[in-house]
Formats: sequence, C-alpha cells, structure tokens
Amino acid sequence: MHNGTNVHTHEHGHALGAAGDRPAIAAAGVNLTFETADGPVHALKDVNLRVAPGDFVSFIGPSGCGKTTLLRAIAALEHPTGGTLTVNGVSPDEARRARAYGYVFQAAGLYPWRTIAGNIRLPLEIMGYPRSEMAARIDKVLALVELSEFAKKYPWQLSGGMQQRASIARALAFDADILLMDEPFGALDEIVRDRLNEELLSLWARTEKTICFVTHSIPEAVYLSTKIVVMSPRPGRITDVIESPLPKERPLDIRDTPEFIAVAHRVREGLKAGHLDG
Amino acid sequence: MADAALGHAPRAGGAGTGLLRRALAGTTLPVLTVIAAILALWYAACIPMNIHGTVNMARAHGFEAVPASRGERRNMGAFELVALNPAAIPHVWSAEKPRLPAPHQVGAEIWRTVALTAPNDPRGLIYHAWVTLSATALGFLIGMGLGILLAIGIVHNRAMDLSVMPWAIASQTIPILAIAPMVIVVLASVGLTGLLPKALIAAYLSFFPVVVGMVKGLRSPDAMQLDLLRTYSASPMQVLLRLRLPASMPYLFTSLKIGAAASLVGTIVGELPTGGAGLGARLLAGSYFGQTIQIWSALFVAAFLAALLVGAIGAVQGATLRRMGMAAR
Ligand SMILES: Nc1ncnc2c1ncn2[C@@H]1O[C@H](COP(=O)(O)OP(=O)(O)OP(=O)(O)O)[C@@H](O)[C@H]1O
Ligand SMILES: [Mg+2]
Repeated sequence: MHNGTNVHTHEHGHALGAAGDRPAIAAAGVNLTFETADGPVHALKDVNLRVAPGDFVSFIGPSGCGKTTLLRAIAALEHPTGGTLTVNGVSPDEARRARAYGYVFQAAGLYPWRTIAGNIRLPLEIMGYPRSEMAARIDKVLALVELSEFAKKYPWQLSGGMQQRASIARALAFDADILLMDEPFGALDEIVRDRLNEELLSLWARTEKTICFVTHSIPEAVYLSTKIVVMSPRPGRITDVIESPLPKERPLDIRDTPEFIAVAHRVREGLKAGHLDG
Repeated sequence: MADAALGHAPRAGGAGTGLLRRALAGTTLPVLTVIAAILALWYAACIPMNIHGTVNMARAHGFEAVPASRGERRNMGAFELVALNPAAIPHVWSAEKPRLPAPHQVGAEIWRTVALTAPNDPRGLIYHAWVTLSATALGFLIGMGLGILLAIGIVHNRAMDLSVMPWAIASQTIPILAIAPMVIVVLASVGLTGLLPKALIAAYLSFFPVVVGMVKGLRSPDAMQLDLLRTYSASPMQVLLRLRLPASMPYLFTSLKIGAAASLVGTIVGELPTGGAGLGARLLAGSYFGQTIQIWSALFVAAFLAALLVGAIGAVQGATLRRMGMAAR
C-alpha cells in the first residue's frame, strides 16, 4: 500500500513568483478524529501529501473516506487532531486569513437575495476590495464562466449548472492561488459535466491556480488531474497517489486513448484494493 | 341618523371603475359576498338582541306591547317576544341605546365622529385614534428594537441564549392585559403619564413575537452558507449584516405583523383607566353610559387601525422582498 510518501514534487513549469519549490499544500501524518455521541470517528488517518503550486489534484474514493474532511481541514474549517498541515508554508488558519484559497461547495449556495453579480461581489465586499475594482473583477470572472449576460439575474432564474458556474466565479473573483472544490459537478448530468470539465481545465490553464478537486467519478478525475489521490474509508486514508502522464492539452476525446484508459484502470484497481482491506 | 349612512355612497362611487376592474380580476366578488353575508347576519341578530328595549318603548313607536306587563316581558325569551310583537321589528334597528347597534347606526356614528368632526376635536374619533396610534407606534418601535437586539444577542452569545430566552418566555406568562390598568396607575403615581406608560405596555406585548421570529430567522442560514463566509474570514459583524439579517427578513415581517396587532391591544388596554384620550378611554366611557353605538364605532376604528398597521408592514415587506429579489417566488 502506498502512503503518499513516494510522491515527488511535480515539475509543472508554472512560475508562481516567490512560491519556488515550496508546496502549496503539505500534509504530514495528519489525523482527524470527530468526537461524536456514538464514540470517536476516525475520519483521517496518517495522511501524507504534497501538492505543488499549479497542480490539479483530484481526490477520489468511496463515500465516507474523508475527502470532504481533508478538503475542509485544508480550508481550516476542520482542525486536525494530529500531524502537521500547511498551506503555502503556513497553518491553514493563517492561510485563510491571507485569503489563500477559494472554496466551491457541493451545492452552489448562492444567496437568493443577491443577483449573480451581487453574489460574486460578496467576497470582494468582505475582503475590502476597492469599489472601483469590483465591477472589473466581476465582469472578468463572469466572462470566464460564460455568464456575462446573467449578471443581473437572481439565482433562481438560472439552471443548476449555471448556478454552479456562478459559484465557481465567486471563488475566482478574489486573488487566491488555491481553489478547493468539493464535488462541484456532482449533481449535474453527464453532458453539462463534460462541458464544465473542459471549461475548468481551460480556466486552470489560464489562471495557473492550484486546484484540489473532490469527485466520485473516475473519468472526471483522470481527465482533469495532474495528480490523482485515491482514498479508502474506515479509517479514511490515502491508498495511492498517481501522477498523470497525460499532456496538459486535453481535448475531450483524450478519454479514448490507451494512456487515459491505463490511468483509469490504475485508479479503479486502487479503489478496489482500498475496498478489500477497508 | 340613517340617512347619514348614505354618506359612504359617493366614496364607493368614486372608486367604481377600479372596483370593477378588481371584480373582474376575481378577488372583489368573493370579498363582497362575505361582507354582505356578515351584514345580513348582523341585521338579523339585532332583532332578538334589541326586541326587549324596543317593546319597552312601544308607546313611543305607536304600537301596543304584548304582554303589557314589563315584568312579564323581562322573563320572556327574545324569540317569543318577537313573535308576539311583529310591529316592533322595524324599530329594532333605530334604538338610541340598543344592545346591538345596527351596522348603519355604527356607520353613521363613525361618519359623524370621523368626517364631520375636526381632527383635533376630542369629541371626534380621529383625535382618539391618533392618540392610540401614536402610543401604539412608539410602543411597537420600542418593542421591535428591543426584540431585534435581544435576538441578535441570543444568536451570538451562548450565555444570553441560555438566560434571556427563558425570561422572555416567562415575561409572557404574566397576564399583562389583566394588570395593565394597575401598571398605568402605578406609573402615574411616580409621575409617568401620557404616551409613555401606554407605549411601555405595547412594547412589552410586541417584543416577544419579534424575539422569537428573529431568533429563528437569524439562525435560518444553513451550515454551508455560514462556512462560505468563514472561508472569507468574515467578521461576526459581516456575517450578521450580509447573511443573518437578510436571511431573517421573511421571519421579521411575519413577527412584526403579530407584534403590531399586540401593540394596539396593549395600548387600548393601557388607555382604559386613563379616562381621557384614546380609543380605550372611549370604549370605557361608552360602557359607563351604555353608549353601545359609541363602543362599536370605537371598536371599528381600532380594527381599522390594526388593518392599517398590518397593511403598512405588508407594504414595506413587499417592497423589501421585491428589492431582495425574493418576492417573485
Ligand atoms: N462533523 C462531523 N462530525 C462527526 N463525524 C463526521 C463529521 N463530518 C464527517 N464525519 C465522518 O467522517 C467520515 C468522513 O466523512 P467525509 O464527509 O469527509 O466523507 P466523504 O469522503 O466526503 O464522503 P462523500 O463522498 O459521501 O461526500 C464519515 O464517516 C463521516 O461520518
Ligand atoms: Mg463529501
């Protein structure tokens, strides 16, 4: 069983300023136990992981294996009960205060009383961006997710997929170099999902962000990622980390190539193994 | 008196075209039907209610009372008396001090005291309605402010959650309506008279529904909406202003409507012992002197005030929710 320790820093060619070879996210022996009424739940056990700046990392594994918990720990929404976790070289709490990441939840979670533009303005208002700058930023991210005509619409006037795109725009509006996404396309149909996956990849290429992406779908994980983290439950742990050999340019039909199928096969084997000894 | 009731006619005529349009839209017709049914029932109820008094005045109305003895009539049931004195029926709707005044009598009295009396004349109902309305509004504003502040405290502070809520509930178990007159008298003895004591009772009654509604509203955002603001490192103040308060608006307006009605009741009860101005004082004076028509007109004006308050809140609610993009659903 791999434990993530065999992972070498991924050379990616992004020059991210002072980041250098400092990992965007580093976890060493991270444990997280929830104290519940029915006793402790070991949600994360001995998690070791290095994510380089500019990586696109997918977390895949069966339900309850701790994917959300790991993402929330990175976002300082949960706190590890053991081990060390750093984001941009500092603690998750400090990284959050430094606005290091944007978080996209499983549901779009737009505020119904704000227009789409108003929802995207929300983080900018809270983080104190100057008014003059807001409009330009909103226009830019709306164009990025192809929702420019919908700026003045309310969330209920948009389809589920459009709402999810708006919530991605909201996470992109401020200058965070890490994007944490928890099953953002889980509730969408295959076709919309394919489209959003393509858009997400081109967005990642243009913005050079580090993306952590939780998914249940093997093709989605393989299509998107430079690094695939396979997890298994009870207790939640990393069973395999796969560096993708696929090129950065990825048309949708790359999914029919032998390389793609080989990677998908390895992910499936990893999931199976985790299931057997889990 | 009856002809004065016709004074309503020109008003209704003025709104004629609008009414017609609303009738076609389908809301006016059912409403008018219900009102007509209530009026018919009311007129019918006047017959047994007022028959004793009318038969007692048989001579003045020009017919003979059956039976002739007043004592005998007193022990008779109303319907029996109606059957024996059909000649009395036309007169039950025009008695001077009826047990149940007829709708047109109340209408005429309201017309006389509202339209035909100067607004600042203490004999007119506008004056009294204004006194009641101002105390109600002041009390309501105090109660609303207190309720919102308490709710914000309860939601943000665990100690307040545990300590204030039980007290707020306990406060409502005191039958304030029963002891309100005493409270007014006690406050008057320490020099507090006029608007404020009544407003305090109104505030006491209205803060509670606001606290309950606002606590529920401020807690209505789900965990994800709160987590989102945590990822922005939002301050508690920003969470309050940008998430909790907007999310609580639908709850706020619902409890404000209940609070406004409670305020009005509190003010009227607070006015009962003052003997001076206000609809409450008017009600008590009316019952002292058996002026049922005066009581009923004061009641209707009070009901109108309540409708006015709730309607005004409803208008603000509509405008606010529309601006928030939430009304279209
Ligand atoms: N707040 C919490 N309190 C107690 N236990 C929790 C809490 N959050 C998660 N858990 C437990 O931790 C484990 C991991 O949960 P987590 O939500 O991270 O799983 P997941 O991999 O995201 O699953 P899914 O794919 O279904 O979203 C589960 O057993 C869950 O019951
Ligand atoms: Mg999850």
